[in-house]
Amino acid sequence: MTLAEKILARASGRDRVAAGEFVVATVDLAMTHDIFAAQVFDHLVDAGITQVFDQEHTVVVMDHLVPPSTEAAAEQHKRIREHVAKFGIENFYEAGSGICHQLLPERGHVWPGMLVVGTDSHTTTHGALGAASTGIGTSEMAYALATGTLWFRVPETIRFDLEGSLDEHVSWKDVVLWIAGRFGSDVAQYRSIEFAGPSASQVSVSSRLTICNMAVEMGAKFGMFAPDEVTADYLENLEHSGVVEGWQQRFAEKRVEADPDASYLAVHRVPLSEIGPQVALPHEVDHVVPVGEAVGTVIQQAFIGSCTNGRLEDLAAAAAVLKGRQVHPGVRLIVAPASRWVFQEALRQGIIQILADAGASMLPAGCGPCFGGHGGLLAAGERCIGTHNRNFVGRMGSAKAEIFLASPETVAASAVAGHIADPRELAGENTPPAAPQRGTREEDIVHATSHQR
Amino acid sequence: MHTLESVNPSFAAEVQAGDVVVAGRDFGCGSSRETAPENLLELGVACVVADSFARLFLRNAVAIGLPVLPCPGASSAFSPGCDIEVDLATGEVRNNDAGTVLHGEPLPESMRRILNAGGMLAILKSDRLETLESLRQEDDGRESG
Repeated sequence: MTLAEKILARASGRDRVAAGEFVVATVDLAMTHDIFAAQVFDHLVDAGITQVFDQEHTVVVMDHLVPPSTEAAAEQHKRIREHVAKFGIENFYEAGSGICHQLLPERGHVWPGMLVVGTDSHTTTHGALGAASTGIGTSEMAYALATGTLWFRVPETIRFDLEGSLDEHVSWKDVVLWIAGRFGSDVAQYRSIEFAGPSASQVSVSSRLTICNMAVEMGAKFGMFAPDEVTADYLENLEHSGVVEGWQQRFAEKRVEADPDASYLAVHRVPLSEIGPQVALPHEVDHVVPVGEAVGTVIQQAFIGSCTNGRLEDLAAAAAVLKGRQVHPGVRLIVAPASRWVFQEALRQGIIQILADAGASMLPAGCGPCFGGHGGLLAAGERCIGTHNRNFVGRMGSAKAEIFLASPETVAASAVAGHIADPRELAGENTPPAAPQRGTREEDIVHATSHQR
Repeated sequence: MHTLESVNPSFAAEVQAGDVVVAGRDFGCGSSRETAPENLLELGVACVVADSFARLFLRNAVAIGLPVLPCPGASSAFSPGCDIEVDLATGEVRNNDAGTVLHGEPLPESMRRILNAGGMLAILKSDRLETLESLRQEDDGRESG
């Protein structure tokens, strides 16, 4: 059996299941956020249900409207808090804690082998830890919270085998964009994707989260990495930080592997060394080109953040490009860390200082401008390049704006250049002059003249 | 109402109860919201036939009781105003004006039972507590019809 078949078999109490079968499965983890939580709990109240089936594995997160920018949003948050109090929800993350898909792994809620559902398309993210994880609607979430179960059709699986190594300045975001561009936004419709191959072990958990996050943009129901030593190290670190306990036993109990004779609908090779920085052009996620074809496109906004690329690794990659450089005067660079912890750690490591010195504006830990329901919207004719996951028409404000998707390095390089730029070329330029001593006259003069370069 | 506005600005005003929406590839792509199928249901749309559906749209449609039928080739076999007949159980889609028949892929019987029960909330609230397990019969997918 494939990973998806194994997890759905265990979750439905069966020895075996095969693709196409309809099963009723126990849900191991359920998450809803501030766009849908009020509606989900309203459904429960309407059905006369007063408590959730499984407190320990129910998570509610305020991440999209953080902090509320309209009175209606504030009222929505207030209603959610009232429901949280009435239902006694224990795992409630208040506004400012971070994005739902960051908090689930970071706070130790996701474990390998789990069946996870969330009222969000990008719930596929948690396949990074070897969970079968997918998005559902509000009626189904109400059903799952009330009963602890849900129906599923067992999906077929396709596999992407990662081979070779990444070149410098190329990231796993570029790889998943390349895959989307090469194979199309419905290559995995209804299917489970397994990311495997000899180079899978090179991918950090942070980058596995990035890749599995984007699996839904290829139509996937699940996107997964099989748990391995990388996963084990991640869980061990969570225990060292006091976030979880007993990681070794849980890992041993819960990890799943695909059988050597598992049946895959298709297996595709991903030749990593042939992949350079990529850009998804407006207005489809699979409208992907090598960055060279987009270089020179003038932008007005650059965004670093989102559940796709808002983690420490991503902020650090952007900071490596921005260090000693300035954001172009025509560009607004906005940065939203994926969680409070990411922000705090980035502060400790001097990353925020670099971003701030370069001219970035910091947003609270949350979804930020990604979904267009909060700040950072675009006017007609404006262009934004961002590290997020969707560039559909009208997603970030005007239907006449354009959204480009890329890696943190490409976005940072573009923010400096004022147009879409190849991070490899920026890295090749002469190193910028060392920053002047703080508080000296020299610093004042440099700042006054820097925008004239 | 803004339903399908970017495709047809007067869709919401023109659509009549019992009408069928015929769509192309990956219908419903890009959203986890139930309001997408819900709006169609509220406007009286009887079902949606599409070349293919985005996974979560299809799942949400079943969850709220909007019948859907994947039918490759449907988008090129129909134009607005055609007389259409859909058999959700067999997957047959007839263009009565042109006298042609397409064969779609009917949803498995378990999913059609969820639809017929009125969706997931209806099942949740049902006095008989018809559980999902009872909707799933042995050998689902190997049943006839």
